[in-house]
Amino acid sequence: MEITVKTAEQLRLTAEEFELIKKKLGRTPNFNELCAFSAMWSEHCSYKNSIKWLKTLPREGGRMLVAAGEENAGLMDMGDGYGVVFKIESHNHPSAIEPFQGAATGVGGIHRDIFTMGARPIASLNSLRFGNLNEAKTQHLLGGVVHGIGHYGNCFGVPTVGGEIYFEQCYHTNPLVNAMSVGIVKAGETVSATALGKGNPVIFVGSATGKDGIGGASFASADITAESTEELPAVQVGDPFQEKKLLEACLEVIPTGVVVGMQDMGAAGIICSTAEMSAKGGVGMRIDLDKVPTRQQNMKAWELLLSESQERMLMVVEKGKEGVVQKIFDKWDLPCSVIGEVTEDGLLSFFMHGELEAQLPAEELVLGGGAPQYDRAYTEPTYLAKTKAFDAASIEVPKDLKAVAEKLIQIPNIASKRWVYVQYDSMVGTGNTSTNQPSDAAVVLAKPSDKALAVTTDCNSRYVYADPYKGAMIAVAEAARNIVCSGGEPLGVTNCLNFGNPYDPQVYYQFVHAIKGMGDACRKFNTPVTGGNVSFYNQNPDGPVYPTPTIGMVGLLDSVQDKMTLDFKEEGDVIYLVGKSYADINSSEYLQKIKGVEFSPAPHFDIEEEFALQQQITKAIKEKVIASAHDVSEGGLFITLIESSFNRNLGFEVASTDGGIRKDAYWFGEAQSRVVVTVKKDQVAAFEKTLSGATFAKLGTVTNGSVSIDGENWGNAISWKEKYDNAIGNLLAGHDSEHALSAL
Amino acid sequence: MTFSVQVKVMPLKDLLDPQGKAVMGGLNNLGLKGINDVRVGKHITLQVDAANEDEAKKIAEDATKKLLANPVMEYFEISVN
Amino acid sequence: MKFGVVVFPGSNCDRDMQEALQNDLNQEVVMLWHKDKDISSFTTNDCIVLPGGFSYGDYMRCGAIARFSPMMQSVIEFANKGGKVLGVCNGFQVLCEAQLLPGVLLRNANQQFICKNVYLKGVGSDKALKIPIAHGEGRYFADQKTLEELEKNNQVIYHYCDENGNITAEANPNGTTNNIAGIRNAAGNVFGMMPHPERASSDALGNIDGQIILKTLLMS
Repeated sequence: MEITVKTAEQLRLTAEEFELIKKKLGRTPNFNELCAFSAMWSEHCSYKNSIKWLKTLPREGGRMLVAAGEENAGLMDMGDGYGVVFKIESHNHPSAIEPFQGAATGVGGIHRDIFTMGARPIASLNSLRFGNLNEAKTQHLLGGVVHGIGHYGNCFGVPTVGGEIYFEQCYHTNPLVNAMSVGIVKAGETVSATALGKGNPVIFVGSATGKDGIGGASFASADITAESTEELPAVQVGDPFQEKKLLEACLEVIPTGVVVGMQDMGAAGIICSTAEMSAKGGVGMRIDLDKVPTRQQNMKAWELLLSESQERMLMVVEKGKEGVVQKIFDKWDLPCSVIGEVTEDGLLSFFMHGELEAQLPAEELVLGGGAPQYDRAYTEPTYLAKTKAFDAASIEVPKDLKAVAEKLIQIPNIASKRWVYVQYDSMVGTGNTSTNQPSDAAVVLAKPSDKALAVTTDCNSRYVYADPYKGAMIAVAEAARNIVCSGGEPLGVTNCLNFGNPYDPQVYYQFVHAIKGMGDACRKFNTPVTGGNVSFYNQNPDGPVYPTPTIGMVGLLDSVQDKMTLDFKEEGDVIYLVGKSYADINSSEYLQKIKGVEFSPAPHFDIEEEFALQQQITKAIKEKVIASAHDVSEGGLFITLIESSFNRNLGFEVASTDGGIRKDAYWFGEAQSRVVVTVKKDQVAAFEKTLSGATFAKLGTVTNGSVSIDGENWGNAISWKEKYDNAIGNLLAGHDSEHALSAL
Repeated sequence: MTFSVQVKVMPLKDLLDPQGKAVMGGLNNLGLKGINDVRVGKHITLQVDAANEDEAKKIAEDATKKLLANPVMEYFEISVN
Repeated sequence: MKFGVVVFPGSNCDRDMQEALQNDLNQEVVMLWHKDKDISSFTTNDCIVLPGGFSYGDYMRCGAIARFSPMMQSVIEFANKGGKVLGVCNGFQVLCEAQLLPGVLLRNANQQFICKNVYLKGVGSDKALKIPIAHGEGRYFADQKTLEELEKNNQVIYHYCDENGNITAEANPNGTTNNIAGIRNAAGNVFGMMPHPERASSDALGNIDGQIILKTLLMS
């Protein structure tokens, strides 16, 4: 077929990009080659519309062992000869089409990024966004996504230890599914995604390849027939059983020392893994595509290059040591096939039955090499004028605060996510200490080391929508606060940047300012960004989603003994609020969901104030003067107090400490940088001494179950717990077809 | 009258079927020869009240499209007894 | 005595069981690969554990494919000679498929995977024991005659109960028949249970009730 600019455009390359390709090659590419460029220069692989700004993030320092973006995931030093490997990634668009498989393969993909570096995954987290939970479509998506995450993670055998879910109308058509994995690797057993050494064999391991996830290119292929279109699977199917075997086989091969480099095959499959491994090693590869194990017959070269079949890895091993790899993969009943070798010419040469099908310089395909990088224009979104115009004085303080609280606790964004998390195996691996002793971040034993990790995902995207710069700072600050409140030291960040169309200057404004805020916050907390993922185009004719720069953060505890928990411990303990109270209802759940105000500024946040607060909490935990710590977030102070009371069926008697602040702001406002702590009676003096100079106030005491606010009886904590625990389940109970679907 | 409607739901022809693959592996381990592919689907029977066979089939088809099969991943065949 | 823990492809609680027995109960543990057959070093004083997980992905029926592995043939012989065998979660499902235990484990009544702490009433303790479950197919089912025999011979080793030890419908997490969480065979040497005692046997996790179960079943 003749390759023209039209073919290129069908493959979602621009006319300028097509010209650039011709210039780089000195000729017109053939269809296979054009497909390769299309995949490699896609937003997903090339970061062409984001890399310029991503480079402004703090990407080194701290305990980082590899620079950001250098490897499949971030790697940080834990001390004692162990490293922690972690990354978050989106699977938004596949999950919108097929929520079960979309979410399942998202989980599978992120775990591969971790074990391809030689680490054993020990914890999963996720960050999910859906539309209004009252709508059948949302219930279907939620049911499918949760089922998919559970299906893959439970079988693969890595506990899902944490996450977050928000329901906002803007995600109705574009749900977000971000999955994070955290693994542990022994020093000296890490594997790099680099190809080296002329003549070293290139080995394909894992599942056989089918025509999965190549819909875009197929559409552009001239010789596609109506019949074959029907056969093309629009979705990738995950096989957690296969991946579990792949994990064990890979972790068995690595200690043999024969592996030169390894990379998993995710987006853009073989072309991406061969190009990136070669470019990084400054080498080329000769690949015989007909040696790739296939699931379907008569697959074409471009189909093999682009296929996104799951559970596959590319390995370069020392020449002559193929047998070592073969033996281990045979043991695990996994396909393993030498498909080519490393060359010195920097070219990727793909053969099929002896015919040269494509020949490309690896360097020209990859990010940091020949892939384009764009400056996009941005302009302040018009809606921000409405946001800034909000005046809290227009909102009357409700008379019946208890009635407001009862509504608040049942809003799906605030209510217990129990319906969701009981479907995840949160305990396999016997490392999750938060099952029996909950804390703001999940605390997981970092076996086989003696340390523990505190892990969390955070992003209140409504704050980011209201103020991209400040909102992104808050996301980082909240993640760090959760880790600090759990007794950990924040180590580093992985980010998942979910935005609308980058070609829309108002969307790009959100992106740029969110990156600036994230960078400033990460510098302040000394938590470098170790890597992550950008997902643009979360947009439909009704508009983009809220800008959602999800933060995944990992913190270190030298021993699990250092852990702090969030629950009230005993009747009579004294309750304090550390941090300052503000007359601020901006962007709160209360204001938006109960008062119906869509536009208001982000809540109060001052990074110096936040940093000081975290230092004080860390000090209080180290000096062992507090019995619990739980930060104030969505729903405000009342929700923090009531959540702290649930685990041991206790209650609280508290009174507002600042009469000058409007009551709705005091109890339900979401001003940042506040933590509720409890102190044993006999430690009150020690606590107040430890925090001398800091802002803190005594709120009241822990009771044996009764709840009292400003002298008013608010009933028993157990009845609040019932509302909190069952709100989401009750909403879904009317929707039986979800059960029927999972039954099928 | 009541018709017994049989619905066969199968994974799309070229879609990976992990279950079929695992069962295939299990059969091989048992030493059973001659089986070179396994795909696992579902068989659903419905008792449908309808005026005639065509209507019963139509009702079943509607039910299958709406719930019993996922067209993104599965195809189906319907037969009426 | 020593312990063997069988590793099937897809087992994912094998290490957890190994660690619980080795680190928490100070026992000698040998890992047994499903393709191997040789367990001649095991005497009937020893014990073999089939761990939890998703052997063969739990495709077809949970435990159905694993049941035919070479190691399982040796385990069946070992059990028939009187050796102690414990199956936890997926291991319980394998034991039922292998007909070392009667009955079958069906999909949970709510059709969903359930992972949470539950309480158990049964051997080894007068108090309710707090132990986690994590399964999609844990609803025990057998015909009426079998159920009557199990109860008559005290073969139901654990019932789901509430915090105070009351065996109630509300305390039944998955719709299992008669709140059955675990059973043994008539001879008393083969045990199967859905809850995971190995996930509740270390101080670091804040729950050591599982140690009582492992000690009662396997070391007394």
